[in-house]
Amino acid sequence: MRHNYRNWPILLVLGIFSTPLLIMLVFQVVDSFTLKQPGSLIPSGFTLEHFRFLWEELDTGRAGIWRVTLNTFIFATTTATVVTAIALTAGYALSRLNFPARGFFLAGLIVLHAFPTVTLIIAIFLILQILGLYDTLIGVIIVKTALELPFGIWIMKGFYDTVPWEIEMAGVQDGASRLRVWWQLVLPQVQPGLMAILIFSFLSGWSEFILPLVLAPGSDAQVLATYMQALILDDTKADFDLFKAVGLFYALPVVVIYVIFQNKLMNIYGGGSKG
Amino acid sequence: MQLDLIGFTKRFDGTPVVSGMDLSVASGEMIALLGPSGCGKSTTLFAICGIHRIDEGRLMFGERDVSGLPSQRRNVGVVFQNYALYPHMSVFDNIAFPLKVQKADKDQIRRRVGEMAELVHIETLLDRRPAQLSGGQQQRVALARALVRNPDVLLLDEPLANLDAKLRLEMRSEIRRIQQETGLTAILVTHDQVEAMSMCDRIALMNNGRIVQIDGPTRMYRDPMDKFVASFLGNPPISFVTPEDLPCFGAPKACAEIGLRPEHVGPQFGTGLTGEVRFVETQGREDLFDIALPSGRMIRSVQPAGSGLRPGQTVDWGYDAAELLCFDRQEVRL
Ligand SMILES: Nc1ncnc2c1ncn2[C@@H]1O[C@H](COP(=O)(O)OP(=O)(O)OP(=O)(O)O)[C@@H](O)[C@H]1O
Ligand SMILES: [Mg+2]
Repeated sequence: MRHNYRNWPILLVLGIFSTPLLIMLVFQVVDSFTLKQPGSLIPSGFTLEHFRFLWEELDTGRAGIWRVTLNTFIFATTTATVVTAIALTAGYALSRLNFPARGFFLAGLIVLHAFPTVTLIIAIFLILQILGLYDTLIGVIIVKTALELPFGIWIMKGFYDTVPWEIEMAGVQDGASRLRVWWQLVLPQVQPGLMAILIFSFLSGWSEFILPLVLAPGSDAQVLATYMQALILDDTKADFDLFKAVGLFYALPVVVIYVIFQNKLMNIYGGGSKG
Repeated sequence: MQLDLIGFTKRFDGTPVVSGMDLSVASGEMIALLGPSGCGKSTTLFAICGIHRIDEGRLMFGERDVSGLPSQRRNVGVVFQNYALYPHMSVFDNIAFPLKVQKADKDQIRRRVGEMAELVHIETLLDRRPAQLSGGQQQRVALARALVRNPDVLLLDEPLANLDAKLRLEMRSEIRRIQQETGLTAILVTHDQVEAMSMCDRIALMNNGRIVQIDGPTRMYRDPMDKFVASFLGNPPISFVTPEDLPCFGAPKACAEIGLRPEHVGPQFGTGLTGEVRFVETQGREDLFDIALPSGRMIRSVQPAGSGLRPGQTVDWGYDAAELLCFDRQEVRL
């Protein structure tokens, strides 16, 4: 493997730049499970004490971790499901059907995708209040879904574009209805895109912070991101080890999903780029 | 089944791509739609199978007017240029798909797919995916899928364009054999004249959205209606000269141009044609000569290999006066 030696400068640079990240990660994990004297970097003993939030109420007036986790899960799955369902159909329409103002919709997708979400937040806040959806999980889900959609639709359109038009025509010639052709002949071929969008929007929902923070600040609709934020804000004396443990708990599903689905996620950059 | 296309017109964004086309294909006949790129061959084919709407005119399958019917109800088998196999299904499922859509029962599907596989010689490939097949095998699967429903009409859109030369030769006779065994009415779209001539009973030669001539291959080659037909058919192509170039040939008065096929020019036809050899192309069995006449016009001639003629040499050759084709000023054959 001679050419591996030539790669060493690249590896060195990558190594140097990732070391700080790595160190942070290591301490995140180590600190979550150990006791430490103040001011010391070396742990003095193993403990699960920082994970007490899993089995006891931290303090009154705040939702329990399981309730918050459930909220986050509902938030992320609903967003992912709705985004995927709409992207699957809208992407098909944009790729295949010749309807009026198609160009306008395509341009709109790009603009919306590039639009910074934060600048919309006041308007969204007002709309939700008028609709009576302020401070509800539903409200945040709707907003998050709407903001994720342009990206999802665009990616799906890219996947549909790669499916040869003749395959659909062949299906129609074989006697199948348009719906059946889409379901049985086209969908299986954009399945990598479907998976990628599902996972991608789930992860995006799981890590969403700004929207729940602004649009659902109450304890009923709290998600893990806002739960963590409340954790350091509320306490007079911040418990950083507790914070790290919650962080680890929060990040665990993300890591697991990445490990299982990393190949599928790569697809988004492969098939989806042919807009 | 007899197929009749009557006064068919197709427009894209207002401009007619095919205008007022009449085509009649007898039952069990295989006809070629031949023509240069963009002349409307595929458009016609897609109108027959229902992908394009028929803007004007009628399409009849036998006594049945199918002009307004959707593709699903026309019972047409189509083989697309890129085969359009379903990549996520096995060969068996590909061929079985039209039957499954019809909700045929399992035994019948298995029997029918078996028959088709036998017809196109792919019995051993039924478990494979399309990606694991060669181009020729994919072609056979596409044929089997198009035939499995017992279609009234078989349409082939440039079915051989994606194959290499050797496979093309093989599939040419295969498709013809299958068409004759099944007795299907078939339309073959191609821009390859050799394909059209060797596979089909008749050729419909198209230009600019119109059929110029419909005839059997030999007839069309020997007896073209106009200059376009004469120049489109034949490889190496026909050369054109003026009556002044052939003074000893008593051309009719209206004759503006004379077409000379390469095989009708040479020393075996006596003398009367003087020119200089410009270019010799060796093709193994025969040589191809470009000869410049005194007027500067070029004519082509094929001769058996080994004539020993070199560029620069002057030849005094003849032509077969019986085979000359005369055209008037409107390029119509006299
Ligand atoms: N969907 C369409 N919209 C607009 N114009 C079209 C469309 N499809 C075909 N055309 C035009 O119609 C004409 C005929 O096209 P067609 O595909 O029938 O040609 P063809 O004879 O099959 O040529 P080729 O041998 O290149 O396939 C072309 O000029 C083409 O540009
Ligand atoms: Mg074509």
